Amino acid sequence: MTEKISEDQVKHVAELAKLKIADDQLPYFTTQLDQIIGLFETLSEVDTDGIEPTSSVTDQINVMREDIADNWNQRQALLDNAPDTADGYIRVPTIIDESGDNE
Amino acid sequence: MNYFDQSLTSIHKQLVNKEISAKDLTQQTLDNIKAVDGDINAFITVDNEGALKKAADVDAKGIDADNVLSGMPIAIKDNMVTKGLTTTAASKILENFKPIYDATAVDKLNKLGTITVGKTNMDEFAMGGSTENSAFKITHNPWDTTKVPGGSSGGSAAAVAAGEVIAALGSDTGGSIRQPASFNGVVGMKPTYGRVSRWGLIAFGSSLDQIGPITRNVADNATIMNAIAGHDDHDLTSSTKEVPDFTSTLNKGVKGMKIGIPTEFMAQGLDDDIKQTVLDTAETFKKMGATVEEVSLPHTKYGVAAYYIISSSEASSNLQRFDGIRYGRRAKDVKNLEDLYVKSRSEGFGDEVKRRIMLGTFSLSAGFYDAYFKKAAQVRTLMINDFTNVFKDFDLILAPTAPTPAYGIGEDVSDPMTMYMNDVLTLPVNLAGLPGMSVPAGFSKGLPVGVQLIGRPYDELTVYQAGSAFEQSTDFAKQTPKMGGNN
Amino acid sequence: MNFETTIGLEVHVELKTNSKIFSPSPVEFGDEPNSNTNVIDWGYPGVLPTTNKGVVHDGIMAGLALHAQIERHPHFDRKNYFYPDNPKAYQITQSETPIAHDGWVEIEIDGKKKKIGIAEMHIEEDAGKNSHASEYSYVDLNRQGTPLIEIVSKPDISSPAEAYAYLEQLRQVIQFTGISDVKMEEGSMRVDVNISVRPVGQKELGTKTELKNLNSFNYVKKGLEFEEARHQRVLMSGGKIAQETRRFDEANGQTILMRTKEGSDDYRYFPEPDLPVLNISQDWIDSIEKELPEPPAKRRQRYVNELGITDYDAMVITQTKEMSDFFDKMIADGADAKLAANYLQGDVNAYMNDNQVELQDTKITPEHLATMIKLITDGTISSKMAKKVFKAITNGEEPKKFVEDKGMVQLSDPAKLQPIVDEVVAANPQSVEDFHNGKDRAIGFLVGQIMKQTHGKANPQVINKMLKESMSK
Repeated sequence: MTEKISEDQVKHVAELAKLKIADDQLPYFTTQLDQIIGLFETLSEVDTDGIEPTSSVTDQINVMREDIADNWNQRQALLDNAPDTADGYIRVPTIIDESGDNE
Repeated sequence: MNYFDQSLTSIHKQLVNKEISAKDLTQQTLDNIKAVDGDINAFITVDNEGALKKAADVDAKGIDADNVLSGMPIAIKDNMVTKGLTTTAASKILENFKPIYDATAVDKLNKLGTITVGKTNMDEFAMGGSTENSAFKITHNPWDTTKVPGGSSGGSAAAVAAGEVIAALGSDTGGSIRQPASFNGVVGMKPTYGRVSRWGLIAFGSSLDQIGPITRNVADNATIMNAIAGHDDHDLTSSTKEVPDFTSTLNKGVKGMKIGIPTEFMAQGLDDDIKQTVLDTAETFKKMGATVEEVSLPHTKYGVAAYYIISSSEASSNLQRFDGIRYGRRAKDVKNLEDLYVKSRSEGFGDEVKRRIMLGTFSLSAGFYDAYFKKAAQVRTLMINDFTNVFKDFDLILAPTAPTPAYGIGEDVSDPMTMYMNDVLTLPVNLAGLPGMSVPAGFSKGLPVGVQLIGRPYDELTVYQAGSAFEQSTDFAKQTPKMGGNN
Repeated sequence: MNFETTIGLEVHVELKTNSKIFSPSPVEFGDEPNSNTNVIDWGYPGVLPTTNKGVVHDGIMAGLALHAQIERHPHFDRKNYFYPDNPKAYQITQSETPIAHDGWVEIEIDGKKKKIGIAEMHIEEDAGKNSHASEYSYVDLNRQGTPLIEIVSKPDISSPAEAYAYLEQLRQVIQFTGISDVKMEEGSMRVDVNISVRPVGQKELGTKTELKNLNSFNYVKKGLEFEEARHQRVLMSGGKIAQETRRFDEANGQTILMRTKEGSDDYRYFPEPDLPVLNISQDWIDSIEKELPEPPAKRRQRYVNELGITDYDAMVITQTKEMSDFFDKMIADGADAKLAANYLQGDVNAYMNDNQVELQDTKITPEHLATMIKLITDGTISSKMAKKVFKAITNGEEPKKFVEDKGMVQLSDPAKLQPIVDEVVAANPQSVEDFHNGKDRAIGFLVGQIMKQTHGKANPQVINKMLKESMSK
C-alpha cells in the first residue's frame, strides 16, 4: 500500500496545529494516521458529481441579532480566569513575529 | 438514596408529600455517591456544598407540585459549562477551569429547581467511545466493573445505571449518548440537531453535537427533554420550531406504525446476540401492531470515513482556542510565544485528542480539502438523502445501537481504527441530524444491550411513543446491575 | 526595456455599528482594556457567535455603493491561525461567498476617467490588539469582533497615482454611505497593497510583493513608487523579484523586507457551522438601496451643472458627506451657491484646520451660514463685516441678531442716503465733471467720501447706483 501521509507531512500538520509530536512517537503516530487516512480514501469510491456538500443540518436560515449593544460586564471575571494579566491586559511572552496580525 | 426502582414521578411524589425534603434527598444522594462511586468513577467533580445549598433554597421556596423536576438531584456531563463549578471536558488543559456562565440546557434545568450534584466523567472533549480517554479517571460499567461504560457520556450513563442519580445530561456527536446508554441498560436520547441549544456545550463537532437526557426510563427521558428543548437566542442553529410535550404520546402504542430495519446496519461485524436482540425487538413491535420491514441506507458504509473527517475537522478548529492564553492551563517555563502554544497544547491534550486534531487539520489543509473535507460533506448529503427516502414510507427506523455489548477496559483503546468502526451504527444519525434514542432491549452474557429508534427530523414524539410502548411490553429497563444497589 | 505595473489593494474598513459582529458587546474605542468584552469575545469554551443584522445591512449598503452584485445566499467561513489577539484561533470571515462581488469605482487622473474593478467585498471580524514591551506583550480584546468589510480590487490599477486616486474615491464612496469613518489615522481604514511589474508584452504577471504598515494614502503612493522602481531596477539588471512581504519605512521613504513568503499560508478555511446561511431578499436590497445617500460623484455633477460652481469647488465640498450635506442645506436655505462654496472651502475649512475639528463637531450650522450669505447678497452687510459675523457663527450665534445687536447693518435705504449723496455731489463739482468726462475713478472718490461720512456703513453698491443716477440728471 502506498503511503497516504509521510512523517514530514505529519510534522507539518503538527506545526499548523501547534502540537509537538515527540520524535520517538513520530513513526507510530504516522502509521496510525496513515491507516485512518486510508479509510478516509474509501470515499473516493462514491460518485459525488453535482452533489452539494452539507456543512450544517440546522433548519434555521437567515437568523440574525438586532444591532443593540449590551455589555455583559464580565471583564473582572474574565481577567480573574486568565493565567497571566497586568493592568487589565492579558500578558503573554513578547510577540516577535507580526505576521499573524489580521490579514 | 439509591435510585433503583425509582422514577422522576415516584421521587417527586415523595417530595410533594414531604416524605423527604430536597435537602435530605440531596444529602442521601451525595452519601450514596460517596459509597458507590469509588467503584464506578462516574464523577469528575461532586458538588456537595453547592448541591446542598441549592436544595435548601428549593426547600425554602417549597416544592412545586406541578413541576416534576423541582428539587430533583441530577448529574451533568463535564463538557457543559456550569457557572462557578469546575468544568474540564475531562481534559488536563481545563483542569480547575471555573466557567463564568451556565450552558442553556443547564440553566433551564436550574430554573426548574434541579440540583446539580456533580459533573460526570467522559472521554476527553467527548472524543471516544469508552470513557477511557478521560485525563482523570476510568469509569467502570456498573454491570461488570471490568467493562467499559461506553462513551463518551460514560460517566452520565454509569451514574444513572448505578442508581447514583435519577437522570443525567449527556452529549452526542457520533453516538456518545446512545452507545453508553446501550452499554449500561439505560435510556439515552440524542435529539434532532437544533432541538436543544448548544450554548455552553464545549464544542467538539459543531454541526453534529447535541445535548440529550440519559434516564432509567422513557417517560423520565421525555420529561427532561421537555425541560431542555427549545430555541435559544444564543444559538442561532437552534430551531424555532414549536416544542411539543414529549410525554404526550407515551401511552399511544405503535399500532399501524411503519418501522424499517436498515439491512446495512445488520451486516458484518455485528455481534450475534445484538442481531438477535434487534430481531426480537422487531417481533415485539409487530405483536403490538406495527409493521416492520427491511429498508436500505446504501451509503452507510461510508459513514465512518465521512464522520471522522467532518468531526475531526470541526474539532481541530474548535479546539484551537485552548491555547493557554486566556484561560485554562498555560505551560510553565516557556521560552517564547510559540513555545507557550506548543507546550500548553501538547501537555494539555491527550493522545486521542491530538490524533483527531491532526486528522482534522490534515483534512482541511491546502491541497487536501477537496478530497477529504468537501468530499465528506458531499457524502453526508447522500446519507441524508438515504434517510429522507426511507422516511417517505416509514415512520421510524429500528437498528442496533452498538455492534457489541460493553467490552473490557483496555481492550480497544490502543487501536483507533477499531474504536472508530464501533461508531458505525450511531454516527449516521448525527450526520443527518436526526433524533435517535437507545432503549434497553435485552442482554448478552449478563450485559445489557440497547436498540436504537431513529425518527424523522423533529419527530422525537414518535421515537418516544415507540420507545415507551416497547418498554411497557418488556421488563429490560426494570433490571438493575448487581452492584451499586446494595444499600 | 518598458515595463507595466499591476497593483492590487485590499482595504479593510471598520463599521460604526453599536455592537460587535458576532457578540452584543459594544463597539467603543479608548476604554479600559478588555472592558468591552464578554465570554464570546474571549472565545470561551461553549460560546457561539450570533450574526449582527446591522453588519449585514451595512455590507449590502457598501456593496451597492460600489455598484457590486449582492450575494443572495452568503455564509461565513472560518480562517484558522493562532495569534494572541485572535481568541478562537480562527477568524470568522467570508471566503466562498463574499456578500458582494464585481463592483467598481471611477477615478479621474488629469481629466481622464477610468473604472477600477472590485473583485469582491466581504464582512468579517476584527482581531484584538497586542501591544509590545521588551519581555511581554499585552492583549486587549476590546477591538476583537469589531465588524470589518474588506474590499479587494481587481488588477486594474497600473500606477501608484491610480492607487492613490482609487483609495481617495473608495474612501469617499464609503464615507458617504455613513457606515464608517474611513480614517486611516484612526485605523478605521487599513490598506494592504501588492504590486508586480512585468516587461510590456509579457503575458503572465510578474512576481508580487506585498506592502504593509502603510499609514496614509501618501505613504501608499510613496511605498508603491519605491517598489515600482525597485522592481524595475531588479528586472533590468536581470535579477528576480522574491515573493515577499515588505514594510514601508516612513522615515527614509524605503520599503524593508518583513518576511519571505514560502508558499502561501494555510488557513484551512471551511464553512462556519455555528451560523446559519443568510438569505438576502430582493426586498431588503431594494430598501437599503433607497436608504443610500446620493453618492459623491453624482453630487459633484449636480453642483457643477446645476449650481454652476467650479469642478475644484465641487471636489472640495464632496470630501465628506457632512460637508456636502451642509452645502446642500445652505442651498436649500437660499444661499448663493458660489458664495456658499467659497465660504466652505475658505473660512470654514480654515476654522476646522485651526481647531482640528470636524464640521459636525463645530457650532457652525448651515442655517446660520446661509443666513449670513443672504445678508451679504442682499447688501445688509459687507463681506468685510462678514468676517466678524462668521466669528460669531462659530460661537453658535444667530447672524441676523448678531448684526442687529452690534448695529452692523449696512446703510442701504436710499431715503436715508439721498441727502448725503446730494451733499457730496454738491461739494465736489470737479469730480462730477471728471465723471462726465468719462473718468471712472471719479466715482470711487465720491464713494469714499460717502463712506467717510457714514463711518463705512453705507452699502457701496447702493451708493454707486445713486451717485450715477444723481450725476446723470
